[in-house]
Amino acid sequence: MKYSTKQNLHGWLLFTPAAILLIAFTHYPTIATFFNSLYSNQSVIRPSRFTGLDSYTAMIEDPIFWKVFENNMWMAIGTIPTSIGLAIIMALIVNKAIPGRGLLRLSYFIPTMLPMIAVANIWLFFYAPDIGLLDKALAVFGVESHNWLGDPDTALPAIIVMTVWKEAGFFMIFYLAGLQTISPELHEAAKLEGSSRWNYFWRVQFPLLLPTTLFVLINAFLNSFKLVDHLFILTKGGPDNATNLILYYIYENAFSFFDISYASALTVFLLILLAVTAMVQFFFVDKRVHYR
Amino acid sequence: MKFIKNKLRNVAVAAGISLLSSVAMAETELTMYYPVAVGGALTKTVDKMVAGFMSENPDIKVNAIYAGNYNDARVKALAAMKSGQPAQLSVMFSIDIFELLELDAIVAFDDVVKSDEEKAWLKSFYPSLMENGVTNDKTYGIPFQRSTIVMYYNKDAFKEAGLDPEKPPATWDELRDVSKKLTKSDGSQWGLMIPSTGYPYWMFSALAMQNDQVLMDGSGVETYFDNPNVVEALSFWRDLGTKHKVMPEGTIEWGTLRQNFLEGKTAMMWHSTGNLTTVKKNAKFDFGVAMLPAGKRRGTPTGGGNFYIFKSASAEERAASLKLIRYMTDPERSASWSVATGYMGISPDSYETDTLKNYVKEFPPAAVARDQLEFATAEFSTFQAGRIRKGLDDAIQAALIGTKSPEDALGEAQKAANRVLKAYK
Repeated sequence: MKYSTKQNLHGWLLFTPAAILLIAFTHYPTIATFFNSLYSNQSVIRPSRFTGLDSYTAMIEDPIFWKVFENNMWMAIGTIPTSIGLAIIMALIVNKAIPGRGLLRLSYFIPTMLPMIAVANIWLFFYAPDIGLLDKALAVFGVESHNWLGDPDTALPAIIVMTVWKEAGFFMIFYLAGLQTISPELHEAAKLEGSSRWNYFWRVQFPLLLPTTLFVLINAFLNSFKLVDHLFILTKGGPDNATNLILYYIYENAFSFFDISYASALTVFLLILLAVTAMVQFFFVDKRVHYR
Repeated sequence: MKFIKNKLRNVAVAAGISLLSSVAMAETELTMYYPVAVGGALTKTVDKMVAGFMSENPDIKVNAIYAGNYNDARVKALAAMKSGQPAQLSVMFSIDIFELLELDAIVAFDDVVKSDEEKAWLKSFYPSLMENGVTNDKTYGIPFQRSTIVMYYNKDAFKEAGLDPEKPPATWDELRDVSKKLTKSDGSQWGLMIPSTGYPYWMFSALAMQNDQVLMDGSGVETYFDNPNVVEALSFWRDLGTKHKVMPEGTIEWGTLRQNFLEGKTAMMWHSTGNLTTVKKNAKFDFGVAMLPAGKRRGTPTGGGNFYIFKSASAEERAASLKLIRYMTDPERSASWSVATGYMGISPDSYETDTLKNYVKEFPPAAVARDQLEFATAEFSTFQAGRIRKGLDDAIQAALIGTKSPEDALGEAQKAANRVLKAYK
């Protein structure tokens, strides 16, 4: 089928608004960031000059960069499976016809609705030693007070727990939607065949939820790199970078140190990392997902 | 569709009108960003002061824009400058001076003041508050919202432990001994808490100075992190937790510390004077405020925000800015600002006003910050301040959580600082 010039023009015109926004706010900044990373910072005393890959070698030699990268990997490992697992369990629970279902769904979803900064301020007082909710609850069982955010061994796990709490409810919504699209006939058929509850979930529900899982997986992975709002309130990356994450480190470099060049190099690294992961997920995992 | 069209037109017209009116109304228009770092209805106080100024000077229009915390204010003011719509003056962190100088963003007040009276005004502030604003014999920052670190202590807890509530510890030895007596073995009350998140370098400046060594010189290119006295100060801080067990181990959160104090979980805390009003309102026990104790000497850094005038302002705008700054820092205004916020009066004259005289008489802790000024030094500030501060913060935290010894941590921070500052020497 051939399109007339007029139709073509029409198509391009329809595309223009989105294209302008995408180019202005996504593609141009990406390219500009890449070029910024190749030049030194401009100041009145020293004008900007071409430094090539200096920022990238500095990055490889920067122990804090490796520390935040490692932290981010732990963050991903800690949050993704747990929040997805919890989301599935919560979705299965609220998918049943039980009394108070609406209220239960709401209560699971509330953490997602609260703004991250507000949440972080609440959890700051959960984790506070002695006066915090967690310490007070543990004191009932005779557990001694612990400085959760001030101890490098527990600071990152504490952040991970809060993130899971925040995210699981959001992912539950997608699983709930996925579960609702599964035909009740399948459940009846499984019942007639005498299939166990677990067998039905593992052989029927879970495979049918795989497209949802792929979507949630990508989101969870992105979020583990994207969510840093709570760090501003909870730890500011401390103690001694124990909870610092890549994006927060980028912010520190760009707006606290005004080191635009290095911040750009870090940003390019993060972009490549996320792009590669997204490609793996779309091109390889996607093939194994069963769409109806 | 029609609705949207109308709306668009209305918005365009409104924008046009406001643009026209702002040009027509005043001869000189000033835009000023200011930060608020502590709680309270401070924006209202600033608005009131600005309104007072405009009614006295109808030919000057001031847009005072609240810009978040110190970091936000700096980012916003600099972003406005880059976008070609610069502010003419702003209140920013007193320690931003070297970064602003490097960007060639600010102008020295020595070049703006003309008459002898104005020159005299430059000398009317507390000298220790001027330290952060002066470099190479030129004044770039005028103090506005300024503070020091003070020690809050729970008088009831002192009595309970058999200590004299009117005699807060005045030396490090006393601090350690008193803290031991105040620490309960069941963990329900600590003797002392010094916050080590948020602004660890600020608290550490106090400890280092008490051990007779400041952390940097006035030129902004020299730091003294690996000086033996500085290392000793960090060891003292760490030992309070690990050795003497009068303070929790690990880092202590800046944001929740006040609550710890108010709930009686710690008998003493070091914190900004900016908390004074809140503690006064919320403490259910009798509390006192004392100067920080002396090691080899007494010491505290100052903190807070200064006025800066931007270089991009025209000669007229600079003169108008100076007028505004003089109005805002006038003793009478400074006194009522101090009462409303807890920040200190910035000139000896402000403490001579009836407003502050009466307030201090009625509430003596309000004078502690002022009396301590005699022992105060500038807040930590260098070129590339953000990066160097972060190196110092990390070193302090590493020593407190025990991953590095104070010698190693501070030695590394000093080496990193040398690398960064080499280019500025």
